[in-house]
Amino acid sequence: MDLLKRLSYHVLSNNFIKAGKGSSDIKSNLKSIGIDSDILRKIAIVCYEAEMNIVIHSLGGNLHCDIYEEKIVILTEDIGPGIPDIELAMTEGFSTAPDSVRELGFGAGMGLPNMKRYSDIFEINSSIKGTNIKMTILL
Amino acid sequence: MNAKDFAEKLNLDILVKNENELNIEGVYIGDLLSIVMSKAKKNYTWITIQTHMNIMAVAELLDLSCIIVVEDMEVEEDALIKADELNITVFKTKESAYEVACKLCKLGIK
Repeated sequence: MDLLKRLSYHVLSNNFIKAGKGSSDIKSNLKSIGIDSDILRKIAIVCYEAEMNIVIHSLGGNLHCDIYEEKIVILTEDIGPGIPDIELAMTEGFSTAPDSVRELGFGAGMGLPNMKRYSDIFEINSSIKGTNIKMTILL
Repeated sequence: MNAKDFAEKLNLDILVKNENELNIEGVYIGDLLSIVMSKAKKNYTWITIQTHMNIMAVAELLDLSCIIVVEDMEVEEDALIKADELNITVFKTKESAYEVACKLCKLGIK
């Protein structure tokens, strides 16, 4: 159960140029330690969705990847403004993304559902001060 | 198959070519990135009209084989620089996603 390593990235709000860099780095780190490619795909999906949610919906935050012997845990924390209705936000197809972001192909309303689908344990807490997401992928 | 032969067979322009042979095991057509993330798999070719640099991150994260940009959409310069940096092969064509898909099917890629 000991934490072997933590990878951490600062994610900027509304910065689509750097968006995805943390997820990409996490993927290459996990690939280099021999994580199975099917599991790597699940981690890449949940990481990217979580990272893009910080970029699109928050005022900025952090993305972490905790590596354990038996699991990978992806964590995000942002500084708000939070999700008023988590149940509604978890509905496939529901999105509050602005049109400018939708034109880029984001805001399909599949971000949170994808995070839940591809993680073994999905936990989310949100308030006006920010959103915390914890996604566990068992190895 | 190498990128040049593939481009000739499908009448595609090569925008960025990586050094590796193309290994295409499937096809996904889509423009909504979360749905592509969920459905496209390793070694798939991705047919899209999206042209910005974030599509390169998606292709890299999923280990896609290549991207085919259809409908003569102009791919942004910074997206091509990113593709080159990430070693992602990118093609473009005037044809529609459907026309390209039909050709891929004829090549035996289903």
